[in-house]
Amino acid sequence: MSTAAPRTWDEFMEGIWRQNPVFVMALGMCPMLAVTVSAVNALSMGVATAFVLICSCGLVSLMRKMVPKEVRIATYIVIIATFVTVVDYVIQAVSLALYDALGAFIQLIVVNCIILGRAEAHASKNPPWPAMVNAAGMSVGFAIGLLALGVVREILGAGTLFGVSLFGADFQPWVIMLLPPGGFFVLGGWLLLFSWIERRKQRRVASEVAQHA
Amino acid sequence: MSADITAPQITPTAAMIRTLGLVSTICGLIIVGAYLGTFDAVQANKRLALEREVFKVFPAARSMTAFHALPAGGVAAAGSGEVPAGSVKFYAAYDEAGKLVGVAAEGAAKGYADTVRILFGYVPDCQCVTGFGVVAMRETPGIGDKILTDADFRASLKALDVRLNADMSALANEVRTVKHGTKTKDWEVDAIAGATITSRAVGKAINEAAQVLLPRLVPQLDNVKEKK
Repeated sequence: MSTAAPRTWDEFMEGIWRQNPVFVMALGMCPMLAVTVSAVNALSMGVATAFVLICSCGLVSLMRKMVPKEVRIATYIVIIATFVTVVDYVIQAVSLALYDALGAFIQLIVVNCIILGRAEAHASKNPPWPAMVNAAGMSVGFAIGLLALGVVREILGAGTLFGVSLFGADFQPWVIMLLPPGGFFVLGGWLLLFSWIERRKQRRVASEVAQHA
Repeated sequence: MSADITAPQITPTAAMIRTLGLVSTICGLIIVGAYLGTFDAVQANKRLALEREVFKVFPAARSMTAFHALPAGGVAAAGSGEVPAGSVKFYAAYDEAGKLVGVAAEGAAKGYADTVRILFGYVPDCQCVTGFGVVAMRETPGIGDKILTDADFRASLKALDVRLNADMSALANEVRTVKHGTKTKDWEVDAIAGATITSRAVGKAINEAAQVLLPRLVPQLDNVKEKK
């Protein structure tokens, strides 16, 4: 038990920080830039992707011993497409306004490279529990990335956060933040911040090593 | 030197077919289950969303009934049966007492980014369009979507004249969208400066839908006057 817990925790944290799908691996950029015009959309997309990612990784992992490698891609895609269809119906049942806001990007979760990437690189080689924990970590990492964009773009582009007005009637919204270029600006800003933090950490480690030498 | 060093292992065909068949079966069951499980909720949601749009156009309305305006003239209640060919759907909105407040119908025209789909309200008493709501659009935020907020634009659609001509075959005057600030006639829509294309799409959508619907609907108004 004492050895299993940290391993599972590592498995979970990997997707959130060290291998964050957005800021480190730069995967899933299509929904990332397209649906993050508001925090609600970003969060919903994160939840929908999480459901598909965790369920499909679980099923892929359960079937990993009986899937011949020649037909594995076809198998994974069918499994992923199935859970995307389920999400599609569930979102329609929950809220049509949300369904319209996310548009074609719900169906496009099928080709989100994070999901096929996880199925191929991790779930097909690990038992169900670690595979699903790893998928959950990746989902949270992806949702954090989506929210990081969605929150900034909604605040600057509409002056609201989760639909609540922040600055009053005098605020002039930066409409460009809601347009595609705004997505690139904000993503660029976040990537810059993360690589700056990473550089600083490396420099500190290097100087500590030099002092000890 | 024997052949088995280089011979690749062949996966049996049966194993591949079996796996694919099993996956398809499982996935098929999941999809059909999800579809059946959410069907009622999705239908209820769609009906609610439509009602909300209609009630937004007619704030006094408390209930609504869907009808088909048939190509040969006449109206039929839109039930669960199949849609008659060439018919136009419209929604009769009633107040608390069950009296007709107005008729809402959908119109669509090409906007700047994509088709702009609207729902406009027609009031028989003044023979005019009194407002509209957007069903779906992908217009530029902050520019095209001003059609929802621009005061002058919305004011020009408060009493838009859509009277029929003498033989009731078409509108007496075509609904036209004119440059901002140049509206002089009751059947003109005052475009938003900077969002002319989207403004025009709204005018065009109303015109095209009204040209088809109203010649069929107006002679039949007595059939929808009271809620049944």
